[in-house]
Amino acid sequence: MLTYAIRRSLQAIPLLLLISMILFSILHAMPGGGLAAYAGNPHLTAADIERLRHNLGLDRPLYVQYFNWLWRVLHGDWGWSTLNSTTVVEAFLERLPATLELMITSFIISLIIGLTLGILAALRPYSALDYFVTTFAFFGQSMPSFFFALILQLLFAVKGIHFQAFGYAFDFQLPSAGIISTDGGDFVDRVRHLVLPVTVLALLQVATWSRFTRASMQEVLHTDYMRTAAAKGLPFMTILLKHGLKNGMMPVVTVVALTIPFLVGGALITEQIFAWPGAGRLFITALGQQDFGLLMGYLVLISILVVFFNLIADLAYGWLDPRVKYD
Amino acid sequence: MAVATQTLPPMAVPDDDDVVTRRNLGWKKFSRHRPALIGTVVLLVFVISAVFAPLLSHYDPNAIDPVWQGTPLAPGVNGHILGTDELGRDLLTRLMYGARISLSLAVTAMFIEVVLGTIMGACAGYFGGWVDYIIMRVTDVFLSIPILPLLLVLTGIVAATSVKSSLGPVFVALIIGLLSWMTVARLVRAAFLSLREKEFAEAARAIGSRNVSIMFKHLLPNAAAPIIVQATLDVAGIIILESALSYLGFGVQPPTASWGNMLTNAQENMQIAPWAGIFPGICIFLTVLAINYMGDGLRDALDPNVE
Repeated sequence: MLTYAIRRSLQAIPLLLLISMILFSILHAMPGGGLAAYAGNPHLTAADIERLRHNLGLDRPLYVQYFNWLWRVLHGDWGWSTLNSTTVVEAFLERLPATLELMITSFIISLIIGLTLGILAALRPYSALDYFVTTFAFFGQSMPSFFFALILQLLFAVKGIHFQAFGYAFDFQLPSAGIISTDGGDFVDRVRHLVLPVTVLALLQVATWSRFTRASMQEVLHTDYMRTAAAKGLPFMTILLKHGLKNGMMPVVTVVALTIPFLVGGALITEQIFAWPGAGRLFITALGQQDFGLLMGYLVLISILVVFFNLIADLAYGWLDPRVKYD
Repeated sequence: MAVATQTLPPMAVPDDDDVVTRRNLGWKKFSRHRPALIGTVVLLVFVISAVFAPLLSHYDPNAIDPVWQGTPLAPGVNGHILGTDELGRDLLTRLMYGARISLSLAVTAMFIEVVLGTIMGACAGYFGGWVDYIIMRVTDVFLSIPILPLLLVLTGIVAATSVKSSLGPVFVALIIGLLSWMTVARLVRAAFLSLREKEFAEAARAIGSRNVSIMFKHLLPNAAAPIIVQATLDVAGIIILESALSYLGFGVQPPTASWGNMLTNAQENMQIAPWAGIFPGICIFLTVLAINYMGDGLRDALDPNVE
């Protein structure tokens, strides 16, 4: 197991090098060659741009530039963001908390709802709840996130829901943009800003994970060892939790681990729609400004996440299922 | 569907209607899957309205109404069945022309993806050894680069380096296709790994068939079922991807209508013209839902283990 873990981790290194090479070459095909931010500056002459190009090493062969970049990255220097006039690392660190707040919240919520729905549906196959979960999964997977966001904004943010009942007037309106009110806000204000983007991000996850959990649990519930456990007279919850969940969750763990990096990618659209000051929105802004450092940083960072969580999923599977043999 | 060419042994009663071939067995299973059947009908409606758009509507999809520009008309007003957008263009007409772009783009990208994925997977699975190793490492690399940000960068580069019009739907389809062949490749490889050991592959080799002929004439038809299911589901995925791309302003460029870019301005105009955003969104949602259900039905129909 340990040798397998080490070997798999070592395999990740050439993979990441190859990915970074490809990304580096693609980004260098961008017009302006990393100096696009200066091209429109009236205070800079063509000679100035040339001097900048030379000083930054942008006139050297691509492979030299790549190895220079790699060398600096290995020393913790991800380059300069022309958009923010800070280092790339600083720019990301500034945006990271907002992205993490959004992702972790929606991750936990989708995990709880998705797994619960999946397990309940598996326990009562072909019941009304099961049909609801299956249908919901199809609808959730077919709903484009930006359209879902638009509907939620229309319903809860643009007009809000106002009605009178039991002699009280209910006013329900949620903010549709930003992470916190501009005049500052308390904890409740933060939570209110979270509701809509988290719902949008969670929909796809809940849909996928509930469907997957249902399939996996259904398979486990019909196994011989479950029948044996029931025959021994074990209490229902013990059977379900100790024998059922432990085995049924193994494939789910893999799927969940593999989704995490794509949650970051999906947050891109959600962050854009809800004007969420996170890393994904920074990426889209950087795209408009052709900020080489930021774009490269973001793409490599997400690729590292993908490779890392692939590794985690692989190892977790072997750790959870002793039947998996490594050689 | 090449799987369908093999017939089962004749049934006890050789009445013409009762002969069960793999094809009508598959169709039977598919037609029992009610959501898949409804999905097929819904998709057909969209396809027909896309194909016959010029006959079904007398409006020009890109004609800006000088009178009502800036004042979107609600559905039903002035003969605009679904209303107009913020430039006074007929929404229903744009949806039908948008369907042409969105659907054909998705199908084109799917074909590119399936052809590329099949060739890659077939070579990897059939030849094995270092060919397999190299192809699978390339697959790993492409699977590790998140597709949406990369697509944004690539379309951004093309939009900036050349005239806007070159960022046509064909180009978007090409990039999406070139970046999403990996799942098909893995499927085909897995199928070929076991198929190449079967007796009929052995027999084909024994009579001196060339590798290419064994791969594509003998093995590929037997691997068709999972490819067809995956290709169907991928069309749904590509429609979502393209619409997200176009929504963000990086995909199909206006004034050419695609379902995605019709939603771009919808967010700002949500207060005055919610229909301009809701109808394109519903089109995307319904189409994707229909295709997903069709994929599910096909999976049941083509899987010999499902009764």
